[in-house]
Amino acid sequence: MNRAYELMFIVRPDMADEDLEKLISNLESTVTSAAGSIKSVDRMGKRRLAYMVRKFREGVYILMTIEGAGTVVHELERRLRVTEPVIKFLTVRIDEEQKRLEKIKKLRDAKKKVSAMPAAVAEEAPAAGETPAADVPAATV
Amino acid sequence: MTEETKAPAPAAERPSRPFGERSSGGDRPRFGSGGGGGRSGPGGPPREGGRKFFRRKKVCKFCTEKIADINYKDYRTLGQFVAESGKIVPRRLTGVCSPHQHRLAAAIKQARNIALLPFAGRAS
Repeated sequence: MNRAYELMFIVRPDMADEDLEKLISNLESTVTSAAGSIKSVDRMGKRRLAYMVRKFREGVYILMTIEGAGTVVHELERRLRVTEPVIKFLTVRIDEEQKRLEKIKKLRDAKKKVSAMPAAVAEEAPAAGETPAADVPAATV
Repeated sequence: MTEETKAPAPAAERPSRPFGERSSGGDRPRFGSGGGGGRSGPGGPPREGGRKFFRRKKVCKFCTEKIADINYKDYRTLGQFVAESGKIVPRRLTGVCSPHQHRLAAAIKQARNIALLPFAGRAS
């Protein structure tokens, strides 16, 4: 059962770049070894935290999208927990949300195609209806 | 009764009032009266004078702007629905519709978890 997940984690701000790269490649290898695949890795950069986490006021945010079974997430989270520079992480399942969004998009596109024609007609109709209505009072007075 | 015969159809329902009289109670506009009326058009909007307080109807931001995806990463949007104290603003104040408020609340809680939004107080 393949599912899509989004893993966001924060590493301490004083971490060196090469250490960070090493950490990321490490995580990638754990994902692939657990029969999962990595879709993307996004280094979102340093950001001020909304509250203090392990005595840090800022952190480096990293976002990964992963595909695989729940065991992948289980293993990843276990790893993150024991990795000292990672101060916080959050895993969110995203496949159902993506499905929902696609459905909405499809619906909207279908609506657009249908409504494109009647909308043009409907715009003309009141304009045509207005002119005789304006004529009526003038005629009566 | 003689006036009724002059103006054929529309005045037939209320025969008692003469044409020149203007009642304050917002009588409906008459058609076909030559000099008496003074109302501009048929179909003009009936004025309602009594209402003093106009409350602007609140609309759901996510419905009007067609934002389908309420995501925890989008903390700027979420921040609009969080009070200074860090609380989620109830929808009776913001006007967000019920299904969107559900998603919004879930997203805010996720954002809090990953330190994008504060649990309490302002973002430090």
